[in-house]
Amino acid sequence: MATLTDPDKESFKLSMLLYDTRYRSMTIQVIALIGFVSIVFWLISNTITNLNNLGKPVEFGFLFESSSYDINQRLVEYNSRDSHLRASFVGVLNTLVVAFLGCITATIIGVFVGVARLSKNWLVARIMTVYVEAFRNVPVLLWIVLAMAILIEGLPAPKAFRGENATASLEVFDSVALTNRGVYVPEPLFSNGIGDVALFGQSSLRFSVSLDLILIVAVLIASFSVSGWIKRRANRIQDSTGDRPTTWHLRLGVTILPVALVLWMLGFHLGYPELKGFNFKGGTHLRNSLIALWLALSLYTAAFIAEIVRGGILAISRGQTEAAASLGLRPNRIMNLVVLPQALRVIIPPLISNYLNLTKNSSLAIAVGYMDVTGTLGGITLNQTGRELECILLLMLVYLTISLSISGVMNWYNNSVKLVER
Amino acid sequence: MSDQAFVRSEIIEEQTPPLTAFGLVGWLKSNLFSNWFNAILTFISLYFIWYVLSGVLPWIFLSVWNAGSLSECREIATATWGDSHGHACWAVIKDRWIQLLFGFYPSELYWRPILAFVLLLISLAPVLYTSVPKKIFYLTAVYPFILPWLMWGGSVWAYVSALLGFVLGYAIVRYTSEIVGQLGAVILSVIGAIVWWLYIGPLLLSQGVGAILPLALEPVISRDFGGFMLALLIGVVAIGCSLPIGIVLALGRQSDLLILKTISVWFIEFIRGVPLITLLFVASTLLNIFMPPGTNFDIILRVMIMVTLFASAYMAEVIRGGLAALPRGQFEGADSLGLNYWQSQRLIIMPQALKISIPGIVSTFIGVFKDTTLVSIIGLMDPLGLSQGIRANAEWNGIYWELFAFIAFLFFIVCFSMSRYSMYLERKLQTDNR
Repeated sequence: MATLTDPDKESFKLSMLLYDTRYRSMTIQVIALIGFVSIVFWLISNTITNLNNLGKPVEFGFLFESSSYDINQRLVEYNSRDSHLRASFVGVLNTLVVAFLGCITATIIGVFVGVARLSKNWLVARIMTVYVEAFRNVPVLLWIVLAMAILIEGLPAPKAFRGENATASLEVFDSVALTNRGVYVPEPLFSNGIGDVALFGQSSLRFSVSLDLILIVAVLIASFSVSGWIKRRANRIQDSTGDRPTTWHLRLGVTILPVALVLWMLGFHLGYPELKGFNFKGGTHLRNSLIALWLALSLYTAAFIAEIVRGGILAISRGQTEAAASLGLRPNRIMNLVVLPQALRVIIPPLISNYLNLTKNSSLAIAVGYMDVTGTLGGITLNQTGRELECILLLMLVYLTISLSISGVMNWYNNSVKLVER
Repeated sequence: MSDQAFVRSEIIEEQTPPLTAFGLVGWLKSNLFSNWFNAILTFISLYFIWYVLSGVLPWIFLSVWNAGSLSECREIATATWGDSHGHACWAVIKDRWIQLLFGFYPSELYWRPILAFVLLLISLAPVLYTSVPKKIFYLTAVYPFILPWLMWGGSVWAYVSALLGFVLGYAIVRYTSEIVGQLGAVILSVIGAIVWWLYIGPLLLSQGVGAILPLALEPVISRDFGGFMLALLIGVVAIGCSLPIGIVLALGRQSDLLILKTISVWFIEFIRGVPLITLLFVASTLLNIFMPPGTNFDIILRVMIMVTLFASAYMAEVIRGGLAALPRGQFEGADSLGLNYWQSQRLIIMPQALKISIPGIVSTFIGVFKDTTLVSIIGLMDPLGLSQGIRANAEWNGIYWELFAFIAFLFFIVCFSMSRYSMYLERKLQTDNR
C-alpha cells in the first residue's frame, strides 16, 4: 500500500568514511583531533624529558623567594627583600599605569589629528597627513628608543638648575622640573589627611589606598549625581510647561563647592620639587623610562586612532548631515545628535583594539628599562631564577587576562550599540 | 511686446570668473583663507613648518660626511660653521651603512643576499602586476627554496629534495583523486611527501646525487646575519607564510566542524592576546625545550616560526572579517551551482573575501615588518641592535640621531610603498560603479 517508501537503508561501508559527505566531516575532524592531540602530547613529553634532564621540574615556589632587585618607578611600596611575586605585582601595576596613561593621551591626540586631517585648511590637513604617515610607517620600538634618547640627551641635568646663573629653569609657574633624570611634577599633599587603608594585609598583593582620595572621589560622584538630578528636573519642567529654568549656576555650584570644601578641610596643598644636593627632592618623580614609553606609545597609537576617527566620520554618508540640516538642526547639534552617535559605532571597535595593541606594545618597556611586568617577571626574575617556562607562562597569562578583559568590554559595548534590525 | 524696455538680441561673451575664484588666488582663498579662523590656522601652520624645517634642514644638509669619529665630526663642524650642535654627522652612516644593511655577513658573499633580493623582486612581479609574463610564476614557485639556499648556503640537494617532496605530493593528489576520492588523495599525498622527506629524499639526493655532484655554496652561520637584511628576511618569510596559514585558520574558524573550529579559535585568541615579545622569549628560551632532547635548531628559524604564527593569527582575523562581509547569497549561490567546498572557496568566496580585506592584509604585513625590530630585544643584530653596537664603539660613542634617522628612513620606504601599493590594488580591483 505504500507507494512511496524510503530507499533501502544502505548498510554502512568503510568507504563511506571517505566518500559520503555525511561521514566525511567526522573523518576529517577525527584525523585533525588525533593530529592535534599527538602534536601537543609530543611537545609536552619532550618538555618533561628536557626539564628532567636539566633537573628543574615545573614548580612555582621561586615566586615566594626574595627578589633582591630594586624597582625605581612604582605605585606601591616595594623593596628588594620582597618576593618575586610582589615584584611581578608591581610590574603588572606599572604595565597598567603606562597603558592607562597612553590610552588617554593617544585618544586625545588621535581624535584631534583625525579631525584636523579632515580640515578644509589644506596646510593643516597636509601637516597631519605627514604626522600620520611618519608614525605609522616606522616601528614603535624605534620611536620608544628615540624618545628615550631625546629625554636623556635633550634635557638639562639637575645641576643646570643650580646657582645664580642657572642655564635651565622650572616650567609651568616654577612647578615642573624637566631634567635628564626624569620629570618632577608637584604632588598633592594633605596636611590634615585621614590616612591610608591597607588592603590584603601582609600578602604579596598588598597595597594601600589613600582615604583622602576615596573621600574626594565619593564627593565628586555625589555632586555629579545631584547635578544630573537638577538637569532631569529641568527637563521635566520644560516638558510640562515649555519653560526651562536656568540651572547652570546651580549645577556649577553643586559640582565645585563640596569638593572645594572637602579639599580645604583636608588641608590640600601641592608639594613642589626643589633642588637639594645633586638632585630634585619633593614632588612626584616620573622616570625618563616612563615618560619616553608613554610619549612614544601615545604618539604612535594616536596616528592609528586618527585614521580610525577620520574613517568613522567619512563613513557617515552626506545624506545624514543634509537630512539633519533640512530638519532645521544647527551644525553643532547635527554633530552631536546625528553624526557622532553613528560615527562612534564605527569608531569604537577598532579604537578598543588599538587600546589592546597599545597595552601589548607597552611590553617594549624592556628596551628602555621601565619595569613593567615584562621587565620584572619576564626579565630580571626570569634571569635570576632561570625558570623560563614558569615565568613565560605566567607572563602570557597576565597579558591574556588583560587582553581578554579589554575584548570582553569591547564585545559588551558592541552588543549594546548594535543596530537592532528586524 | 512693446512694454518690454530691453530685449537682448545677442549672447554676451563669456567672462572670466572673478580673480578670487580661480587660479592661484582662488585656490589660496578656498583652501587657506576661507574665513578668519582658517587664516589663523594657516599662519600657525606656516610658523610651525618654518620652525621645524629651520631646525631640521640645516641639520641634514649642513653636515659632515667625511670623518673617522664623532669627535672629529664635531671638530670639523666647529671649524666650518662655528658650533658643533645642529649639524648631522653622516660620516657614521658612510662608515657603517654596509654593516647596517648586511650585519656581519661575510663581505665577499654579499652577492648572495643581493641576488636573493633581486630574485625576490622578480618573483613578486607577476603577483603584484598582471601585465608581467605568467611564466615567471615558475620562479615564484621555486623561490622559497632558492632563498634559504642563497642565504645560508650549504648543499643544494637538501633544498631540491624538499622541493621534490612538494612536487610528489601534488602529483599524488593530481593522479589519485580519480581513484580514491579527494580526501583520500590528500591523505595519501601527505603520507607520500613525509616518507619522501624523511627517508627517500635524503638517501637519494643528499647522499646519492650529492656525493657525485656536490653543488654547494659556502655556508654562513646565523650569528653573522644582521642589519636590514635580517629584518627583510624575517619579514618576507613571515609575510609569505602567514597569508596561507591565516586563510586556513580563518576558514577553520568559520567552518561547521566543531573540533577544527575550537582549535582555530583558541589558537587565534591565544596568539592575539599576548605581545609578540613574549612569543620571541619563547623562541629564544623555550622552543628548544619543546623539541626532542638534543635538538638545537637555528635561532633565526625559531624567530621566524614565532613571528609567522603571530602574523597568521592577525591575518586570520582580517580574512574572517572579509568572509563575514560577504553576503550569504554568495555562499548559497556557489552551493546551488553544485560546487564542492574547495571549489566554491577557490572560485567564488576567496577572491571576493580577499579583495575586501586587502587594506587589512597589507596593514598586517606592514605591522609584521615593523615588528621585526623586536628581535633586537632577544639579541639578534637587526638595525636597532646594530645601532647599539655602533654606539658602544669608542669612535661613535654618543651618536643617536643619524643612526635613528637612517633606520627610520629604511623602514619608512618599505612600509610606505607597501601601503601605496595596496591603495593602487584597491583602485584596480574596484568593480562597483561608484
